[in-house]
Formats: sequence, C-alpha cells, structure tokens
Amino acid sequence: MKKDIILAGVGGQGILSIATIIGYAAIESGLNLKQAEVHGMSQRGGDVQSHLRISDRQIYSDLIPHGGADVIISVEPMEALRYKPYLSPSGWFISNSNPVVNIPNYPQIQNVIDEINSLTKKVILDADSIAKESGSAKSMNMVVLGAASKYLDLPYEKLEEGISYIFGRKGEKVVEINLIAMKAGRAIAEKGLQ
Amino acid sequence: MKKLLLLGDEAIGQGALDAGLSGAYGYPGTPSTEIIEYIQKNSEAIKRNVHRTWSANEKTALESALGMSYAGKRVIVTMKHVGLNVAADAYMNSALTGANGGVIVAVADDPSMHSSQNEQDSRFFSKFALLPAFEPSNQQEAYDMCFKAYELSEKYNLPVMMRITTRLAHSRAGVERKKTIKENKMHLPQNPDQFMLLPAFARKKYQHLLSINEDLVKESENSEFNTYQDGKDKSLGIIVCGLAYNYVMENLDIEKNNFSILKISQYPIPRKQIEKISSECEKLLVFEEGMPLVEEMLKGYLDKGIKVSGRLDGTLPRAGELNPQIVRKALGLSKLESQEIPLVVENRPPALCKGCPHIDTYKAINEITAKYGKGHVFSDIGCYTLGFLPPYNAISSCVDMGASISMAIGAADAGFFPAIATIGDSTFGHSGITGLLDAVETDSNIVIFIMDNDTTAMTGMQDSQVNGRIEKICLGIGVPEEHIKVINPLSRNHEENVRIIQKEIDYTGVSVIIPRRPCIHVYKKSLKKEKNK
Ligand SMILES: Cc1ncc(C[n+]2csc(CCOP(=O)(O)OP(=O)(O)O)c2C)c(N)n1
Ligand code: SF4
Repeated sequence: MKKDIILAGVGGQGILSIATIIGYAAIESGLNLKQAEVHGMSQRGGDVQSHLRISDRQIYSDLIPHGGADVIISVEPMEALRYKPYLSPSGWFISNSNPVVNIPNYPQIQNVIDEINSLTKKVILDADSIAKESGSAKSMNMVVLGAASKYLDLPYEKLEEGISYIFGRKGEKVVEINLIAMKAGRAIAEKGLQ
Repeated sequence: MKKLLLLGDEAIGQGALDAGLSGAYGYPGTPSTEIIEYIQKNSEAIKRNVHRTWSANEKTALESALGMSYAGKRVIVTMKHVGLNVAADAYMNSALTGANGGVIVAVADDPSMHSSQNEQDSRFFSKFALLPAFEPSNQQEAYDMCFKAYELSEKYNLPVMMRITTRLAHSRAGVERKKTIKENKMHLPQNPDQFMLLPAFARKKYQHLLSINEDLVKESENSEFNTYQDGKDKSLGIIVCGLAYNYVMENLDIEKNNFSILKISQYPIPRKQIEKISSECEKLLVFEEGMPLVEEMLKGYLDKGIKVSGRLDGTLPRAGELNPQIVRKALGLSKLESQEIPLVVENRPPALCKGCPHIDTYKAINEITAKYGKGHVFSDIGCYTLGFLPPYNAISSCVDMGASISMAIGAADAGFFPAIATIGDSTFGHSGITGLLDAVETDSNIVIFIMDNDTTAMTGMQDSQVNGRIEKICLGIGVPEEHIKVINPLSRNHEENVRIIQKEIDYTGVSVIIPRRPCIHVYKKSLKKEKNK
C-alpha cells in the first residue's frame, strides 16, 4: 500500500490539521509516514503545501516526485492547480471551490474551475457552505478531508479518531462539528457530485 | 516503544535531551527554530529544568554554550546557516579551545532560499574549522546522531556540527527513542589552560587540532552512518551526502541498477571508502544537498583523475536544493509522466498581514520620503522586509541582520540625505545595538526606526530580547532623550506621526523613532487570553 498525498492551500487555512489527522490514521494503521511541511516566510498569506507519504514499505524521499501523487487535496482551487505537476496519471484531485483572493491578479474564478473540470478524476465542492451547514465555517478543511477520505485507503474510523485526537482539547462540541463536517464531505464524494 | 512522530528539528531536540542535555541556546531562524521550541515545550526538559532560552544572537548563543561546556555539561546551540556567519568567530576559535562537556552546533541550511537571503553550505565551515560534522539523511539518524555526536565531542574534546537542510528540518517521520543518558555532573576542564587562546597556547592547540585530524577521518571511516553498498555494476559509483541519499534510493531500482553507493553522513569524509569506490568504479556521480564540497575535493583543481559528475559539470544544477526529479534525471532514468502547471495559476507571494503595524509605519515614511526621491530607506530582516513589495515599495535594502543602521551611517557619511534605517526589535537586539553605538559616536545624521511589534514575528513569535527596554538602551548608548520618539502606528495617528518623523529628519544627528504596536497575531492572542480570564 502506498499513498502519496499533496496538501495545498493558503497560509492559515488549516492544511496542517488535515495532515495531522491523516498522519494519525496512518500511524494507527501501522503504516510508515513522512510528512514535509512548509514553515517560515511562506506563511504570511502565501501558498503553503505539505507532502504526505504513507506506505507499508520504507519511505525514502521526504518529497513526492512529479507525476507521483495519488491524491491532491486542496482547500483552495488555484492552489490545487499549482501542484498539478505532482499528480500521477491515475491520481485524484480534490478541491474546495472557494477562492482566497488576496492578490491583485487573482484569475477569473470560472477559468480556475473550468481548468479543474477538465480533469477526469476530480471532486470539487463548495466546502465553505457545507462547513457552515455543519455548524462552523472553520471546519471547511474537514469537509475537504471528508471528500478526500474516499481515496485514501485508510479506515474512516481512524480518521474520526484523528479528529478527536487533535480537537479534543477544544471540547466535545468542536469535535462533534468537525466529525459532521468530515461526514458531509465524504457524502459528496460518495455521490460523485462535482 | 512507540515511535514519536517528529520533525527533523524535533528529532534533534529529543535526541539531545535523551543524550543527557543540560542546556540549549540559539537564535531563531528558519529552518532551525523548532529545535529549541521543541526543547522549550518538552515536559521532560521542563521537569529536569534543562536550560532552554533564546539568546540575543547566534554568537552569544554559541559562547554561552561554550560556557556550559566549560562547566562540564552537554549543550546544544542552534541557528540557521547565516547565523553561523554571525557566530563564526566563536565557532572557529572553539576548534582550538575545544569542548569539555559535549557540544553540538546544530546548523540548518536552506538551499533554494525558501526563507533566507542566501544559500550556503555549513559543511564548508566545519571543514574550514577542522571540526567533525554529522549530516543525517532522515529523522531517526538525526536523533541517533545526537548520542554519537556527544560521545565524539567528549572523546576528542571538540564541538561537533549537526548539519541539516530545510527538507529534513521540516519533515516529520517516526522516531524510535533510545535509552536515555543521565546529565553530566559539573566538572571543570582537566587542563586549566584549555580555554585560553593567548598566542603561545593557541599555537599548541592548533598543532593538536591538526594532529588529530587523521583520527577524525578514522572515526568517519568506522562510522555506522557512513555506509557502503557494494554494487555489481562498476560502470558508475554513486556518492551521496546526507539527505541526498533518499532521492537516490527513491529513484534507483537496485535490482536493475546495481551500482555501488557510498553514503556520507559523518565528516571529515571517510578516505578509505572514497578510495575504494574510485578505484573500483569507472566514474563517479556525487549528490550533495547544498554546495559541491565532496565533488570539488574529488575533482581537484586540475580535474585529472577519475571522471566525477555532479553540480560542477552540469549533471545537477549548480544552485538550489535537490529533489526526486533532478536526481532522477541525473541518474539517467526516464521522466515520470507528469503535467505542467496550468497557465491560469498566478504566484501568491507572502505579504504583510492585514492590520500589520509595519504597514502604517511605512505609509508614514513613504509620505515623507516622496519629496526627497527614491531610495532613502535602508532596511533589515524580518516581516518588515516585505515592505519592499508593492503596494508599499518603501525600502531599498536588506542585506544581513543589523545592516540597516550601519548602511545608513555609511550613506550619511557620503552626504546622502535623508538616510533612514528601519529595523525590527529583535533584529535591533541581534545586531543593531552596535551599529547605533557607531552612529552616536560619530554623530551620524540618520533617523532610525526600531519597529517594535512586541515579538520576533517572521520566525514564528519568539520573545524579543530587547522587549521593554528599547528606549533605555538607546538612551544608555547616548541618543539624546528628546530625539527618542515613540509613536503608535495607526491610521488615525497618521498626520501626527508624519509630523514627528519630519521633525526628526530635519534634526541633524541621530534620531530614534520607535513605532510601537503589537503584531496583530500577538494582539489577537492577548485578546483571547484576556477573554479566558
Ligand atoms: C543571522 C541571522 N539570524 C537569523 C535570521 C532569521 N531571521 C530573519 S528575520 C528574523 C527576526 C525578525 O524579527 P524582528 O526584527 O523583530 O522583525 P519582525 O519579523 O517581528 O517584524 C530572524 C530571526 C537571519 N535572517 N539571519
Ligand atoms: S506576522 Fe505580525 S508583524 Fe508579521 S506581517 Fe503579520 S502582523 Fe505584521
């Protein structure tokens, strides 16, 4: 078993929480893991990415090769496309459809969405609205994780445990909201809604 | 025992702690910062009361570490690559004094300059200083090497470098812990002149350092971290240093490409293995994460021996970090199928946060400098360096920490007016104070903005050494009290701030203006704390 996952977004959007939860589920499933993060300069509202590698064999490189990613998970649509070179020909592309417009030259959002729609294996979803319906706009990242969970080959319960593990400190209510958000995201992927 | 999921930085923190660490010093700098942050938060470190503070800069950090070593304790000092330039005087001389308690100098290099003003390879410093260095290829090695590094450091009484690069520093993997070692008891150096570098003593110590170099080479030859995989196919020998090993192993199918691979993770380079691989193989390919140190040594100036490929002959790019693609190409393997970045994607550079205090300071400065023309503001390193980018276009330089003040002095000495410096509070503490002393001493006609946002923001909100005492420092150095002005950079104070700044520009002599307002992240945190009370 091997899953190479690129996580993408804009500083502050919570991709590291996604990474931690997947990481937790992988470790609890007895798999090896490597996760490269971006720290420092790149975080002032710039683009951030994380390379997450899971395997039942030894993992060497901390970075995923171009053409090697099994899944790209992004909480922002243009950021998702930035990592297209990493996508393997059989890889899945999961992205939130809501743009973060913090640069003056952000492209027409329809052009971004069209570009994503030209891919065959993709799930693109309005994770912001689904998160709000689930109880908190902040759980947008969990909606995206939920949609991606279908393609991760990890037991869903382990991801749920991961949510309890990282949000437990913040109280039961927060855990509950994030669980609902992840489930809602998963439902979208199951329906094949795009 | 269950594995810990640790960043490379954290693995070094944990490794040092488990190997009997008594103290950690450092100055923040990406990608090294998380070593100390990890030790600061670690419950065992807290229980053991391991010393774990930030220093004013890398030089004071390394010197404090030497002091702790003098007292017989194991210590670690951490910095980014450019920090070692600042600490170079201490580092080079520590090669002669050596260590008493074990010393690890952990330096994180940043090839490709993800968050740095240059890329340099700290292994050159260790070679220059004739000091041993370790270069882990993964998190487990980073952890394990701390034990070995202290052992080596105390065996030869030498500081030992732990050199890592961005990808290892900021990548997580499972790390298995070893049995922990008790901290050293306090004991002074056996030789009372060990730390005395009067020339007559220093000469002897240098001879000693030269004389043990062969022993250090032997240590490398016998090191468990320098491995030799014998291959059947002798058409090519591969030499990999540290992290580069991973990219080679990621790409190479040993069944199909059965080359000999020498992995170097302990320096000085192991001569015996180098001799073996170069005598057995037809040509060599060298992969180094950083500059071509080993490659250059093997090639020699005249390049008359065995054919050596790597960064110098264009097989690999001369600059920047390695990655799986680059290494794959250099190995002559076919490219994996992949697509381009769609044209619709735009760059998203980092920017000053909305509500950042530096924005209001730059707006006020811009309004005034507009009438003098472009290029009047020398700046420094921190979040405020982003003031160079549009829409601010407020500053003209960023060189090394503290350079803003000293460069303004030089420009003013050349007759340039107005000469303005902008420097962050932490950077001022790091290297600005000495520049200010020069300015006061020569009565330089400059205006210095010490932008006090209550933290070291750029590297992730560490405490700033000068917090709460900036005015006193300026006063003590000799800036006239009436020319030390604190302003609150808020848009509603804009007019008043512009007036104050103009007055100080018109004054001939050293003025210090302190725009004081917390970084909005610090501010938000403090609001949250208030609320929870
Ligand atoms: C010699 C050296 N050490 C460390 C760094 C890393 N570094 C860059 S900016 C910075 C801190 C800046 O803090 P401050 O001056 O308070 O400005 P702020 O980011 O808070 O605006 C540090 C530690 C460096 N570039 N050079
Ligand atoms: S982190 Fe703080 S100091 Fe840095 S840009 Fe943002 S608000 Fe300004």
